[in-house]
Amino acid sequence: MPDLGLEVLLKGSNMLRLLQGLWVALRISLIAVVISIPSGLLFGVLMTRKNVVLKAIFRVYLEFIRIMPQLVLLFLFYFSTTRTFGWNLSGETASIIVFVLWGTAEMSDLVRGALISIPKHQYESSAALGLTKMQTYLYVIIPQAVRRLIPLSINLITRMIKTTSLILMIGVVEVLKVAQQIIEANRMSSPNAAFGIYLTVFLLYFIACWPISMLAKYLERKWR
Amino acid sequence: MEVIFLGTDIVIYRTFEKSYDDNLILDDIDLEVHQGEVIVLVGPSGCGKSTMLRCINALEPIQGGEIKLNGEKIDPKNKNIAELRQKIGMVFQSYELFPHLTVLDNILLAPMKVQKRKKEEAEKEAMALLERVGLAEKAKSYPRQLSGGQKQRVAIVRALCMHPEILLFDEVTAALDPEMVREVLDVMLDLASQGRTMMIVTHEMQFAKAVADRVIFLNGGKIVEEGTPEEFFEHPKTDRAKQFLNTFEFHEAKTHVK
Repeated sequence: MPDLGLEVLLKGSNMLRLLQGLWVALRISLIAVVISIPSGLLFGVLMTRKNVVLKAIFRVYLEFIRIMPQLVLLFLFYFSTTRTFGWNLSGETASIIVFVLWGTAEMSDLVRGALISIPKHQYESSAALGLTKMQTYLYVIIPQAVRRLIPLSINLITRMIKTTSLILMIGVVEVLKVAQQIIEANRMSSPNAAFGIYLTVFLLYFIACWPISMLAKYLERKWR
Repeated sequence: MEVIFLGTDIVIYRTFEKSYDDNLILDDIDLEVHQGEVIVLVGPSGCGKSTMLRCINALEPIQGGEIKLNGEKIDPKNKNIAELRQKIGMVFQSYELFPHLTVLDNILLAPMKVQKRKKEEAEKEAMALLERVGLAEKAKSYPRQLSGGQKQRVAIVRALCMHPEILLFDEVTAALDPEMVREVLDVMLDLASQGRTMMIVTHEMQFAKAVADRVIFLNGGKIVEEGTPEEFFEHPKTDRAKQFLNTFEFHEAKTHVK
């Protein structure tokens, strides 16, 4: 068997450091998800309204976030806004802000799509039964939209977890950065460590994202 | 364009108009529906039959005239429109059951959330109604597990469970296979024999003949002819109605071969 340099993991507290790095990545993405999903739901519902001004504003916001690579957004917040407005953002806070902006934009677009995919007749038959607009949303439209949303939003969550690998560029020490540090530190003693460490990082990302995908599959089957 | 209204159990519509853009869909409709009356609306497609039902349930706004139910104006902008709609049951061509709810939950949603009725009581009634249409054993099924005819019967029960004063049926058999048409029409005949007030849009002429107290023939958004089923089907007065009824007749093509 070729030398994968896996023994480096056992040196000192290397494995623990990797796990801590993973936790940083997960914490940032989970905080962002927890904020993005409800705000995405709210904005998504608002986007299906007929208000033209509101729609235009959301459109611009959504396109802006979509077109900008996440890395550029991260630089924009971490380096540019802090300089221009003179405030102080930690790398982690900047990452959360960017991820929330991104997650909300994508989520609201998913919600909008799910809502408009519910046939007009569902609204009408609810109205015909005497349900108010609020009740129609609460009991008929949202439960159906949520079922359609699950696979898409899970996909978004895993994408957000994966994209945290970019935040090392603004100095946040997450799992990938820790991996680089370990490899650097052991360059002389275990020159092959790169493979073993990155393999471990791959497995860690997999362990973080796979259960979420499984949950999505389970819910999809249950709610068919 | 004024409205007359009598008594508590009579529904009257007088001269209402409905247009999409500049296209007049319904024009000069003047109609009274009395309690216990079964009215069948017939006419070529695009004549405004369905739109008329939709206007009565305030699913479409009208541009002129008024529609009233027991003295209360039916208008989408009306504040208590949700309350008024409870008195108007509507069944659609494509059933429109809620796919995420079981048959029973479909039926119970509005009685419990809108009328705030107790679950046990509403459920008892729902089960009795399901029994009546022969679907009691489907109570726990989901709509996707039912045939079209079964779905439509559930949709009828769902409307009935709200105790509506009038039932509107919008081409409820148009999407069904011939065999399933019968089971749905039987339910509607049963309702008519219970003395329910109904307005039915249908293309089933034999059924119209059997169920109607009054047939209304619409063409180009106007009421062209109205009368009892005997008058209308046996002795249509207008040429347009004759021509329309003719489309349902077939003359034997092969008689000369024999």
